Amino acid sequence: MLGTLLIVFRETLEAALLIGIIAAATKAVPSRNRWIGAGIVAGILGALLVAGLMDSIAQWADGIGQELFNAGVLGVAVVMLGWHNIWMAKHGAEMAADAKHVAHAVRDGRRELSAIAILIAVAVLREGSETALFLYGLASGGGLDLRHALTGGSLGLLAGAMAGATIYWGLLRIPLKRVFDITAVLLLLLAAGMAGQMAKFLIQADLLPSIATPIWDTSAALPMTSTLGSLLHLIAGYEAQPTAMQVIFYLATLTLIGFGMRWTRTPSPAATLRTR
Amino acid sequence: MKSVLPALLLLLASPAALAADAEFAINIKDHRFEPAELRVPSGQKLKLIVNNQDATPEEFESHKLNREKVIPGKSKAVIFIGPLAPGQYPFVGEFNEKTARGTLIAE
Repeated sequence: MLGTLLIVFRETLEAALLIGIIAAATKAVPSRNRWIGAGIVAGILGALLVAGLMDSIAQWADGIGQELFNAGVLGVAVVMLGWHNIWMAKHGAEMAADAKHVAHAVRDGRRELSAIAILIAVAVLREGSETALFLYGLASGGGLDLRHALTGGSLGLLAGAMAGATIYWGLLRIPLKRVFDITAVLLLLLAAGMAGQMAKFLIQADLLPSIATPIWDTSAALPMTSTLGSLLHLIAGYEAQPTAMQVIFYLATLTLIGFGMRWTRTPSPAATLRTR
Repeated sequence: MKSVLPALLLLLASPAALAADAEFAINIKDHRFEPAELRVPSGQKLKLIVNNQDATPEEFESHKLNREKVIPGKSKAVIFIGPLAPGQYPFVGEFNEKTARGTLIAE
């Protein structure tokens, strides 16, 4: 049961952290709860569907369907994260300056919220489908395991959700103006890490060359199996033995979204207030 | 960035992906890898075919190989790996980590 708990917790954690950070970042956006909720529900339904179809997905494209699927899902998540971060760079300052004065941003905000719903849906979909498949395997493996699978699974899910809630409440304690900056950095790192993961799946499918494997090796100093290593992997996409291609994807994403944010950034809240 | 993009495109167009890769097979049975130790050549790309004979899904995972792939029950999966430096590359079945353990030995 403990094994089940740990696996479900690990799979839930990434999606839960993402939801927690996004929820904190969009606190001032009207009706964001509905969109986040819709994203979670769509993601869970999608995860069950994908888990059910995993046999056929695995057979697609001469056996690399799963890599293509994962890379595609991660690609969508990276694009949505980029969109969100750039949008927040533009509107975050005015929201912080005057949380109620967001009416003019609402029309634009609806598109932003649908981007968030999609982002959360794909994050839940990816992690959830593996969890569902794993639990299904346990449940079909032997009758006795079913109760353990359900108990362990629910506890793991609960623990993951609590981690997400913890980061959400933690972020809310920070003044709104700072929250935008902090969540922007967190989400930027998440996006870059996801892009690196995407490269990994494309290399695994033999669609991209790895260029150099590994480009560095810190597995002795900070192994991926250590708590700090896996936490850094989750938050910032840390890899102990990455390929050069992963690093290129990582840096390219960091640069592109970073530039996009600078490009659209509105003047600081103080400056906005003065001109009003 | 400016210098990276053309290099990236060049690499994408390179014929490396078309070369035939050496194939190696490994089975999963009763949540164990068979063989648990597999000797493979170093310095070249390899095609690892994992045949899951169990009815339950398994996740092939190796940090050192930098690979993870879910393999549904009663099915085969293709995993491209390498080129590897000589050495030992442990891997596990994440869904049954206690029993499903193996090592690739590149030489």
